[in-house]
Amino acid sequence: MTDWLERLGSSTLSNMATLGRAILFLLRVVAGCGELVRRPRLLMRELYSVGVLTLVIIVVSGLFVGMVLSLQGYYTLVDFGAEQSLGVLVALSLTRELGPVVTALLFAGRAGSALTAEIGLMKATEQLAGMEMMAVDPERRVIAPRLIAALISLPLLAVIFTLLGIFGAYVVGTALLGVDSGAFWSQMQAQVSFADDVLNGVIKSVLFGLVAGWIAVFNGYDCMPTSQGVSRATTQTVVVTSLVVLALDFVLTALMFD
Amino acid sequence: MRAKTPVPESKALIDVSALVFSRGGRLLFNGVDVTVQRGEVVAIMGPSGTGKTTLLRLIGGQLSAQSGQVEVAGQPVDTLSRRALYRLRRRMGVLFQSGALFTDLTCYDNVAFPLREHTDLPEALIRIIVLMKLEAVGLRGARDLYPSELSGGMARRVSLARALALDPEIILYDEPFAGQDPISMGALMKLIRQLNDTLGLTSVVVSHDVDETLSIADRAYVLSEGQVVESGTPEALRASESAWVRQFIDARPDGPVPFHYPAGSMADDVSEAQSQ
Ligand SMILES: Nc1ncnc2c1ncn2[C@@H]1O[C@H](COP(=O)(O)OP(=O)(O)OP(=O)(O)O)[C@@H](O)[C@H]1O
Ligand SMILES: [Mg+2]
Repeated sequence: MTDWLERLGSSTLSNMATLGRAILFLLRVVAGCGELVRRPRLLMRELYSVGVLTLVIIVVSGLFVGMVLSLQGYYTLVDFGAEQSLGVLVALSLTRELGPVVTALLFAGRAGSALTAEIGLMKATEQLAGMEMMAVDPERRVIAPRLIAALISLPLLAVIFTLLGIFGAYVVGTALLGVDSGAFWSQMQAQVSFADDVLNGVIKSVLFGLVAGWIAVFNGYDCMPTSQGVSRATTQTVVVTSLVVLALDFVLTALMFD
Repeated sequence: MRAKTPVPESKALIDVSALVFSRGGRLLFNGVDVTVQRGEVVAIMGPSGTGKTTLLRLIGGQLSAQSGQVEVAGQPVDTLSRRALYRLRRRMGVLFQSGALFTDLTCYDNVAFPLREHTDLPEALIRIIVLMKLEAVGLRGARDLYPSELSGGMARRVSLARALALDPEIILYDEPFAGQDPISMGALMKLIRQLNDTLGLTSVVVSHDVDETLSIADRAYVLSEGQVVESGTPEALRASESAWVRQFIDARPDGPVPFHYPAGSMADDVSEAQSQ
């Protein structure tokens, strides 16, 4: 029993220490972001590898999620004769929840893991140490552009995901299930509020972008410089990002849509 | 922190005094003093695992000593602010033992990296500098290769070209000769000495290649078990009576310098293995 408590205590302590390191790290990186204004090309490169390369999975998943949502929503709504509201159902679920959350989960798997592995390998092969000795601060040169790229890309990807989801739902709803196209759009337009639904969704995805980027770059930067260390850090990124995003989503939803 | 006083000319450029440093529960340095005067080539030699690389990292401010002073150009590196440390590092070039090249950049871009980061030179001028540095290490023709396409010895020479790119005042070489064939070894020895003399640099060379290193060094330190066991000019070292130095210079397998990493008796380990 004492043994167990001891282990619990020490793992809590080490988790707290990691959290502390992560927060200090984030503050330092954010303080070092100014350089990106002078050198936007650094950011462009990362926007490509973090954002553009994640586009395919986002586009495909967005379409399919929208299509499935349309099918399931229709079968429920049609019982109440409310199938004209399909557009509203789909648009609300996507802008408020599925867009930001699913995009963040996919982002963690596609871009977050790649960021962690890349930075971890740079550490393991002494490239980061070499940079430090060349008087180039890796936190500014390597980490800051990647963090900002994640912060910018995730909301944009979430918007794309949501739009394609609605499009997929529209196609399935009107062509396959026979919902009236005019009703689909007009109901959506009447019921979805920009300030409440769209904006809150965007705020969510900005926060998810910060969290996903932060976890990914910190795990890479903090990993053990060995092959096992890098692989563990990569897994950690995906797992921790997913859990934190889901928990954060619950909190945000409770605050935003009470 | 100490008051900043102007550095007198006679003061050493690198001054390590009473250095104590332990890592992973092992005392690596126990009162080490090393001084490097401006313009010198100083060799650091010692058995594998004595902490030569660690010493270079302490000088570069990547590690900090538990006690003692590490001063470079009159500034104590382990108490400097981040900013001041980075400013100081601009005056140093480091050749890493592993090369530490950026794997996603070509040789050319690797050497150009510090120039692009620290200067606003036009690309045409950067090109000239990079080609000159690569030419100096004999790899101008390899400029478009990626580090993964280089041999170990070539990678180290590219890394050397990169360390030279900003024309630093101080160069720290970690095993520059490892993995080099006799021809490039000779060329590198000449290069290190020449750079030092013509550009007025100060060099610290860590190496196991005793003859080669002593032939270009002005002074040398032999480290072992956390101490400087001998230091002085190459002639003095070659003539040294110390058993440590003799063993190292004559490459004798047995003597006071142990070949083995510290360990308990073999018999104990074996019987432990059997009892499991
Ligand atoms: N990250 C680390 N954590 C703990 N101990 C380390 C670490 N890196 C090196 N050491 C230990 O420090 C000691 C000195 O290592 P160092 O790399 O400085 O040796 P070296 O003199 O450069 O050896 P070599 O000539 O083989 O390069 C070694 O015994 C090693 O076990
Ligand atoms: Mg070494």
